[in-house]
Amino acid sequence: MKSMNIMVVGVGGQGTLLTSRIIGQTALKAGYDVKLSEVHGMAQRGGSVVTFIRYGEQVFEPVVEVGDVDVLISFERLEALRYAHYLKQDGVLIVNDCRIDPMTVVIGAKEYPEQILARLQTEHRVLSLDAGKIAQELGNSRVVNSVILGLAATQLEFSKDAWLEMIAKTVPPKTVEVNQAAFCRGYGQNA
Amino acid sequence: MAEQKIMLGNEAIARGAFEAGVKVCSSYPGTPSTEISEYLSTYPEVYTEWAPNEKVATEVAIGASISGVRSLACMKHVGLNVASDPLYTFSYTGVGGGSVLVVADDPGLASSQNEQDTRMVARSAHIPVLEPSDSGEAKEFIKLAYQISEEYDTPVILRTTTKLSHSQSVVTLDERVVPKDREYTRDASKYVMMPASTIGRHVFVEARENRLAEDANTLSINRMELRDTKIGFVTAGIPYQYVREACPEASVLKLGMTNPIPKALIAEFASKVEKLYVFEELEPVIEEQIRAMGISVLGKELFTRQGEYSANLLRRVLFGTTDAVFTAAEAPNRPPILCPGCPHRSVFSVLARLKIHAAGDIGCYTLGAVAPLNVIDTTVCMGASISSLHGIEKARGKEFIKNWVAVIGDSTFLHTGINSLVNMVYNKSSATVIILDNRTTGMTGHQEHAATGKTLMGESTYAIDLASLCRAIGVPNVIEVDAFDIKALEANIKQSVKGDVLTVLIAKAPCALLKGQKFPYVCVADPDACKKCGACLKIGCPALTKNADGTVTINATMCNGCGLCQSYCKFGAIAKVER
Repeated sequence: MKSMNIMVVGVGGQGTLLTSRIIGQTALKAGYDVKLSEVHGMAQRGGSVVTFIRYGEQVFEPVVEVGDVDVLISFERLEALRYAHYLKQDGVLIVNDCRIDPMTVVIGAKEYPEQILARLQTEHRVLSLDAGKIAQELGNSRVVNSVILGLAATQLEFSKDAWLEMIAKTVPPKTVEVNQAAFCRGYGQNA
Repeated sequence: MAEQKIMLGNEAIARGAFEAGVKVCSSYPGTPSTEISEYLSTYPEVYTEWAPNEKVATEVAIGASISGVRSLACMKHVGLNVASDPLYTFSYTGVGGGSVLVVADDPGLASSQNEQDTRMVARSAHIPVLEPSDSGEAKEFIKLAYQISEEYDTPVILRTTTKLSHSQSVVTLDERVVPKDREYTRDASKYVMMPASTIGRHVFVEARENRLAEDANTLSINRMELRDTKIGFVTAGIPYQYVREACPEASVLKLGMTNPIPKALIAEFASKVEKLYVFEELEPVIEEQIRAMGISVLGKELFTRQGEYSANLLRRVLFGTTDAVFTAAEAPNRPPILCPGCPHRSVFSVLARLKIHAAGDIGCYTLGAVAPLNVIDTTVCMGASISSLHGIEKARGKEFIKNWVAVIGDSTFLHTGINSLVNMVYNKSSATVIILDNRTTGMTGHQEHAATGKTLMGESTYAIDLASLCRAIGVPNVIEVDAFDIKALEANIKQSVKGDVLTVLIAKAPCALLKGQKFPYVCVADPDACKKCGACLKIGCPALTKNADGTVTINATMCNGCGLCQSYCKFGAIAKVER
């Protein structure tokens, strides 16, 4: 098979790294060669953050090139807009319907773009949800990433049980249940 | 079956050092090398420490090696500059127990002040360089580096880059094997580098490099992969992966060791392929040596010296196409920023109000250079804030620096800033230095240092008191202030920049991301009381958003309740309330 190429984007501090690692671990457990690429240091300070996950029989480069992304997972609308051109022709875009203003917008130097989701839908297959709202309903605002992962998982080949098992292994022990519940809510959105 | 794990490149390097039986590791944090020492510190069998700087770390590794055990020092590329004094002579003395320096280059500038290429330093210091291309190789190559170190009596550099250090791939774990400590015998002709012995060691260094260069031709990690012979690539490290991705059918000479290069092997490969390319990030180190052999090769005329490479770069240059289907949309930039609750923001907001210039240094506070704060005038290297301000004063006089300060973090101050401050005391400076003391090494992800009271291995230790240290070296005016007390900051800065004595102002408050902190407050803006003046937005806090009607909303999840925005609201429209 050709490798599966996943890109996770968001704003520093949103937990994109943990999500990427769960995807990578799940693919490794399924017997694939896996490579991930992360961003540390300067880019973590509220900046735009990008991680890549690739799996397949043999994977060479740890990054995914523009035009090669099968599934793009964005934790924020503007970041989805920024990176949507990484998608393949038939790639899928998963978007958390949330807005975080970059400093350029906060200080009034730039406008936050309008109608991002509608614009993206004209070119791409888009699945979106408000993960923040769902996380709040579950009583823990920190499980946003598990909700998003749940929706993204519907586009990947691994079983629901495989995901739940990996979440249990990866998140802090006290939060396993709520993270799994969050995952299921995201997963159910596309049922 | 042996255990398999996905590991970060840096984690794999640490694992390899552990398996190689390393006993002592000393490092200074620096992106992208930091995690190596952190992972290594999780193995209690290995002594690990944060040194105040890379020179000290390297000398600790040298001592451990001379005593007969395997040692390690890790640093980023610019850290190697700090370490180069011991490094160049370590090449002459050679080792006792094997010794490796892991040096992480940063093509693409994920978090660095330049894009220098470590292989250039290694060539001039005559030190062999190994370059892995994924985590699995990283673990194996560092083990091989220790063998080479001991067999050839040389320190070895394991060169990594950001993409290797911060990408993850599959690693198979092995057991730790600790070689017997080598016998220490006093040997001035080897370890005392005075001219009489150095003359002999220089002869040895040249012979050693010649032997290594010869043996490189048959070294297992220098590997010829013959496929389609129309195109051949000489490459190493992460760029090897880009070649395999973009040109899976092309022949490749993959160099695991990039200094010295295997000349006979390269000549053989060149004779087998029709067109020869060198694909190496940053400087044309391999390319120029191949040209010097009289072999025709294509390299930097096609591929840039700047930034990270990619498979699409190769596709674009060789085939004129990439895989891109869609065009990128216009989207406002999202540059990194100081975090909500960051104490640096508070100090910078005062500097901005007073229209004061700041000679800056290396750390998160470099972010004070961008809008809306715009307070940092210069950033060069670790410690340079203090010494360059001294230079400005000596060049242009006290009058010129009456609206200047130097700003430097606590960890950076202990790294090399202290030397610069000694110079200020000695040479009669009357400048103002602000130490932004956030109780950690922030930018690299919260490492302990000599003033935090904790070691890398988690033990309690003496915490150097920065104020006492400054007083002890003779700074006449040392003031400690709460970094969030903007009135005290303003009064002290105003007075000291005009004053005639050297002043060190220590602005104290822990980094907002430091573990174990409690944030009992949150700031709330009252839209009815808000006069839409925008004063609170000038501090550049990401928790604040300007609404369409001009009022401000504060994101409760992001806000750490530092109250800085409240301090700048003249109309009492922002309240600091308990969560």
